Amino acid sequence: MRNMTSKLLLALCTLLAVPAFAATAGPHLDPVKVDLRNTESLQRGAQTFVNYCLSCHGAVAMRYNRLQDIGLNEEQIKANLMFTTDKVGDPMKVAMAAQDGKQWFGATPPDLSTIARSRGADYLYNYLRGFYRDDSRPTGWNNRVFDKVGMPNVLWEMQGEQVAVYEKVKNHTTGKEEEVLTGLKLVKPGMLSTTNDKGELVNTEFDERITDLVNYMVFMSEPVKVKNEQIGYFVLLFLLFVLVPISYLLKKEYWKDVH
Amino acid sequence: MSDQQVNNSKRRFLTIATGAAGAAFGGLAATPFIASFLPSERAKAAGAPVEVDTSKLEMGQKINVEWQGKPVWVVKRTPEMLAGLPKLDGKLADPKSEVNHQPDYCKNASRSIKPEIWVAVGVCTHLGCSPTFRPDLAPADLGPEWLGGFYCPCHGSKFDLAGRVYANVPAPTNLVIPPHKYLSDTRLLVGEDK
Amino acid sequence: MSKLAQIGQNVLNWVDDRFPLTSTWKAHVSEYYAPKNFNFWYFFGSLAMLVLVIQIVTGIFLTMNYKPDGNLIPGTNISVAFASVEYIMRDVAGGSIIRYMHSTGASMFFVVVYLHMFRGLIYGSYKQPRELVWIFGMLIFLCLMAEAFLGYLLPWGQMSFWGAQVIVNLFASIPVIGPDLSTFIRGDFVVSDATLNRFFALHVIAVPLVLLGLVVAHLVALHEVGSNNPDGVEIKKNKDPKTGIPLDGIPFHPYYTVKDILGVAVFLAVFSAIVFSVAGFSAEMGGFFLEHPNFDPADPLKTPAHIAPVWYFTPYYAILRAIPSFLGTQVWGVLGMGAAVMILAALPWLDRSPIKSVRYRSTTFKVALVLFLIAFIGLGILGAMPSTNTRTVIAQIFSVIYFGFFLGMPFYTKNEKPSAPVPDRVTFSTTRQKILFFVYVALAVGGAYAFAHVV
Repeated sequence: MRNMTSKLLLALCTLLAVPAFAATAGPHLDPVKVDLRNTESLQRGAQTFVNYCLSCHGAVAMRYNRLQDIGLNEEQIKANLMFTTDKVGDPMKVAMAAQDGKQWFGATPPDLSTIARSRGADYLYNYLRGFYRDDSRPTGWNNRVFDKVGMPNVLWEMQGEQVAVYEKVKNHTTGKEEEVLTGLKLVKPGMLSTTNDKGELVNTEFDERITDLVNYMVFMSEPVKVKNEQIGYFVLLFLLFVLVPISYLLKKEYWKDVH
Repeated sequence: MSDQQVNNSKRRFLTIATGAAGAAFGGLAATPFIASFLPSERAKAAGAPVEVDTSKLEMGQKINVEWQGKPVWVVKRTPEMLAGLPKLDGKLADPKSEVNHQPDYCKNASRSIKPEIWVAVGVCTHLGCSPTFRPDLAPADLGPEWLGGFYCPCHGSKFDLAGRVYANVPAPTNLVIPPHKYLSDTRLLVGEDK
Repeated sequence: MSKLAQIGQNVLNWVDDRFPLTSTWKAHVSEYYAPKNFNFWYFFGSLAMLVLVIQIVTGIFLTMNYKPDGNLIPGTNISVAFASVEYIMRDVAGGSIIRYMHSTGASMFFVVVYLHMFRGLIYGSYKQPRELVWIFGMLIFLCLMAEAFLGYLLPWGQMSFWGAQVIVNLFASIPVIGPDLSTFIRGDFVVSDATLNRFFALHVIAVPLVLLGLVVAHLVALHEVGSNNPDGVEIKKNKDPKTGIPLDGIPFHPYYTVKDILGVAVFLAVFSAIVFSVAGFSAEMGGFFLEHPNFDPADPLKTPAHIAPVWYFTPYYAILRAIPSFLGTQVWGVLGMGAAVMILAALPWLDRSPIKSVRYRSTTFKVALVLFLIAFIGLGILGAMPSTNTRTVIAQIFSVIYFGFFLGMPFYTKNEKPSAPVPDRVTFSTTRQKILFFVYVALAVGGAYAFAHVV
């Protein structure tokens, strides 16, 4: 126990010896535009989510009938989105047991109910688009924003295959040249890949699909958000335009006495 | 303190106005707390209507399904059982089902939509035990006039095969028929009728 | 007198014959005479009471659906406790509002209490005869820190788990008894279900009971000696010879009740904006009120990349990190952190100047106060960041300033010369003072912002 304590405290107190990295550093993240009022995008995202994510990941805090909040009715949910259960009030459970996942991927695939709140939308957007071919990995895939990731690229049929682009960069502290991953290049088209005017392979459509998916995951991480915002504006308007002015006048009236 | 004229009516008005606005805000703030006592989405999901396939029911068989955490019986009654119902009218407390313990579409002689399929909440109207199904005719313990029905082991209440209560037993009213409807000829939905 | 009023009067008389209702109301509200020159800083006492009520009420309702159970739900890697919080957030009607009120309330409690304490510091409210008011206040502050720490474990997310792990392990650095003590606190060899259960019990009943008792003691002590004011003048020295009422005093009710109602209304506007995430605010407040990694369920095998306490603990956490271990033990950092909190309680005896309000104190004190404020805010910012060599050096300098402010106080406040004569009677803030207040606030906020971006 003492040993562990020492280690922990050492890690805390002697973080002073570690040069600046962590939180702020890390790979560049393309921003994603999240719009929780765009129900069409959310519905497309939900479709992608149940088709591609839910076979290995669960979202046990999310009930299927919550999808009514994004403009679907119970029949649509039952017909198009429910594969693991027939009760529309059930949560989005994973088909696979946690132990199996641990065996297959080395770690239990995390539950995705609140993942957008812990990682942020931008991270998810870049992570889901960040897979590239890496034969040194057991799955054959690696990820630009999550090095040595255990998850395979389940979206490769849509996305195609990307490879990493490296550049030689001089490390400032050691002075040595190091290979640094600077970007990804699409080499094999997927179902959603297109060719632009210049004849290059691009994944604009795929990126939109991921935007929808991330949008949905943000919704799923806090389904009450839009409704709470509506209540919030009402409460705020009441306070700012009724209670604050009246109590100000009341205070002013009484304080006329005080000189 | 002050030799200025104090405008009492203005003060009273502002005090009341602030009090009213504060009370309105208090009411607003109390809403989530009161609402949190209502059944949650989980409870609602567990209490959602249940679908029952009646095609697999045999004549005279009773199955239990769970709806809102309560036992719901689905009984397929034989023609003999149905024929026996009117004979009991004289011995029952409420043979015409006057007490509103069933949807209007079940306020009939068989207390059901289809005469042979009978649906009821399996909870005794006395103190909430679940009565046992006794389809046997004239058993030793229930007497020679027993035409089949339900017997509550807790306090001895008796019901017939339409859940109608016998007179002079502890239970005051007939068994409750839950809202239900047929989605098709054999698909029964318990818990919803609209 | 109408009939209804007559009945009311009779009931009141009946009660008063048996219980000191009217006299208590008079003593503490309608005939409690407070100085008439209270300014902005004097809102935070009543606001702290308001937040306490919010926390108790929302807390009661949260316990109705929360489950302190660290075991995993079969087939998933989510604990019952974590899932029950999400259950409140999604499935319970109004649950998300109640939960956000509680999480926002936790942080706003510290906002309000820190401002309340700073008020005491600048106007010398801890000085004779108000030492006990200050001591009770310090005990409330300690209880509050305990409440915050215990409650933070309950969502059973990654930060809950690892925050508790680190803080409980601080006790392990105490020589001889340390390791056994931390095991004793956890009730297990790691932070576990047993820890969660006892923290829950302490958070929902034990500490709140003590807290409520201390709040009563704080108020009783205050009303015994009377409130201080921005001039640091004792209003009881100038009483109306006929009535015995302080000339500079006004009854708390209605004057300060109506003023506090206004303060409450404005505070509630800010509070609601945060709870409902509107008008540019958010319940997460950029990860400062609700930390992002805490939306990952607790995983005893995986430490988050960067562990930072919630913002209100960061100044002390920065002091902990700034002190290196020597003589083969890291207990010094822990002692330093503890001392940083406890030394505040000694303030009434460290300050030897009879001048109370900063308005009339010497330039030396004003400079020391500004340096202290810079150090405190700076430590708070550094404590929230991963440490680097430069940041550690800055944190060490700030720690020295922090302790220097207190330990040097007996020397630099001895024979202190007032910068302006202390008046006999209270004064109202001048326009110049009001403008300067906004300038100071802008300077502090701007400076903190700039500092956070530079380091």
